[in-house]
Amino acid sequence: MDFLNAIVALSNFVLIPAIAYGSQLALGALGVTLIYGILRFSNFAHGDTMAFGTMVVVLVTWWFQSMGLNLGPLPTALLALPFGIIACSALVIGTDKLVYKFYREQKAKPVILVIVSMGVMFIMNGLVRFIIGPNDQRFADGERFIISARDFKQMTGLQEGLAIKTTQGLTVITALIVVALLFWFLNRTRTGKSMRAYSDNEDLALLSGINPERVVLYTWLIVAALATVAGTLYGLDKTFKPFTYFQLLLPIFASAIVGGLGSPLGAITGGFVIAFSEVTITYAWKKVLTYLLPENLAPDGLVQLLSTDYKFAVSFAILVIVLLFKPTGLFKGKSV
Amino acid sequence: MKKFLMATAATALMTGGAMADEVKLGIILGFTGPIESLTPSMAAGAEMAMKEVSDSGKLLGGSTVAPVRADSTCVDAGAATAAAERLITSDGIKGIMGADCSGVTGAVLANVAVPNGMVMISPSATSPALSSVDDGGLFFRTAPSDARQGQVLADVLMEKGIKSVALTYTNNDYGKGLADSFKSAYEGMGGAVTINTAHEDGKADYTAEVGALASAGGDALVVAGYVDQGGPGVIRAALDAGAFDTFVLPDGMIGSALEENFGSEIDGSIGTVPGTESEGASIMAKLTEAAGIDGSGPYVGESYDAAALILLSMQAAGSVEPGDYKAKIMDVANAPGEQIFPGELSKALEILAGGGEIDYVGATAVEMIGGGEAAGGYREIEFKDGKITTVKFR
Repeated sequence: MDFLNAIVALSNFVLIPAIAYGSQLALGALGVTLIYGILRFSNFAHGDTMAFGTMVVVLVTWWFQSMGLNLGPLPTALLALPFGIIACSALVIGTDKLVYKFYREQKAKPVILVIVSMGVMFIMNGLVRFIIGPNDQRFADGERFIISARDFKQMTGLQEGLAIKTTQGLTVITALIVVALLFWFLNRTRTGKSMRAYSDNEDLALLSGINPERVVLYTWLIVAALATVAGTLYGLDKTFKPFTYFQLLLPIFASAIVGGLGSPLGAITGGFVIAFSEVTITYAWKKVLTYLLPENLAPDGLVQLLSTDYKFAVSFAILVIVLLFKPTGLFKGKSV
Repeated sequence: MKKFLMATAATALMTGGAMADEVKLGIILGFTGPIESLTPSMAAGAEMAMKEVSDSGKLLGGSTVAPVRADSTCVDAGAATAAAERLITSDGIKGIMGADCSGVTGAVLANVAVPNGMVMISPSATSPALSSVDDGGLFFRTAPSDARQGQVLADVLMEKGIKSVALTYTNNDYGKGLADSFKSAYEGMGGAVTINTAHEDGKADYTAEVGALASAGGDALVVAGYVDQGGPGVIRAALDAGAFDTFVLPDGMIGSALEENFGSEIDGSIGTVPGTESEGASIMAKLTEAAGIDGSGPYVGESYDAAALILLSMQAAGSVEPGDYKAKIMDVANAPGEQIFPGELSKALEILAGGGEIDYVGATAVEMIGGGEAAGGYREIEFKDGKITTVKFR
């Protein structure tokens, strides 16, 4: 019984939140890694691209809600997702035509593009705040829980409750579908193959007749879709606030770099590595250990390695360690 | 041109010399920021007192009072200091009703009020640290120090038989001060605080914080935070994870936003807000209702009292200069003298003009102690069927 309680407590506070958070990070990191692999720069505007896409989803969701349109137990935001993706695609393609194209034609060094993307980041940041304001916005609706802590306790008679939020389940399922689609696209379709070819060797790809502008266009479209989906899932699961998307940039980059920049598989692994480290290192293990250990060994303290204030420090520390010892990341991406 | 200049100068001199002119009072509250849903009614409460005094036409031979609002932001000391500077240098105010949150109040006091010799009466800064600040007799508050609230909260918990709690506070002067005073009072009575940890405001997600709190355990969770900031996030995460069902909520967490967000999900949760059972409170409730102000929020009465105290002290001193009237505030607030309730400011002005003495009771039974802070009564509240209900007064 104690053992079961320990497992349930662990799942409730560590496993489930970390899996949901990891999926959100993985989707974000995939976007960053695609840009790095194909367009060859670190896109610092990614967090705010996510915020922009999510903002459109939020606005459309409100519109649907005011018309009484909903998906029953599922959040209305899913219905609004395509609109967010279209608006976000228009934004990033517009940005590319206005800004990045100029530097690409000049064959500017990656570091210049990084700085340019920072400028873009601030503009997008301002744009989102200007349209929807800097505050928290709630747009989640539908059933809140797949199973709530109270129901679980009644069902099983255990002391510990297990809560699985609808948004958490939705995050994991959507992430699986999106990742499967992405890999199918990159490995099986002609366009996907030409994108990988362009990423592997630009000159060779150009010689074999691949149209670079087309590759760039498709990349931005995919990135916009990934960013909007990741942002919306994060917003549904937590709340939508422009500033938190800006802050997400650090764990997202950490995920992409830990996995290996330019490697989609690495981005996914990296997302989960970062999410699990953040959650397990800042979790207070007292409860789980009290259940597991014999009574006289039960801990008095909280058995917490780091206070939760240091959550972002964890991703930063992992980033530094990986860059020191394995600069290409776990999956042999490009070195930074 | 020369004549015109002369004329302007002459007018300026005359208006400066005459008694019957406009007195400006600054209202520095966090109109944006973590308590932005509370401040509009607080400012309206203070402005109600000013209007009452202006309408009576008895302040210093018929002077009128004009409020000037400024934003303290509640959290940004730099912005609050700049706002207060502006009020003094460009608006020429004669007293400050504010600031609201403890951190910015300390900053405005040290950087602006003391150097400029400006009187400040805060309706809601409750940090114990402000009691011992070197204020040159310029700083007062109509809200009691949190040292007292911590004590009251501990009393309430003990009476309910809640013997162990987890404690989280917003990471600033207010949260830390309240958490410390509560912890020492509660442990002094034999209660156990299983964990005492800060939460940062404005995060998207408090799952990790709640994980630590839940791991430490306890019968209830004390959230010493803000109702428009991280506080509801912590409660939401705790409810979602099934970690706590009962919450203990000090003044910063009590607001109608809580009823809207959680409804009956937090039934049985308890809290304390400054407030009294005195006659003044019910008169105030009627006055605010007539004026169309939401008088149910915290610190509306305190704001009214703060503004009224400044104006009555000016009358007692016969001068609008802070240096002159600062010494009168304690006299006006405390016995002896005739008791003054809200809505009776005109009567009070008359008594003072005739050289009499008053004991200002106001909306919150003002009684100034020590270095000029309210002795403090509290209202114990409980959530029943999704509504905030008053249990009793302490």
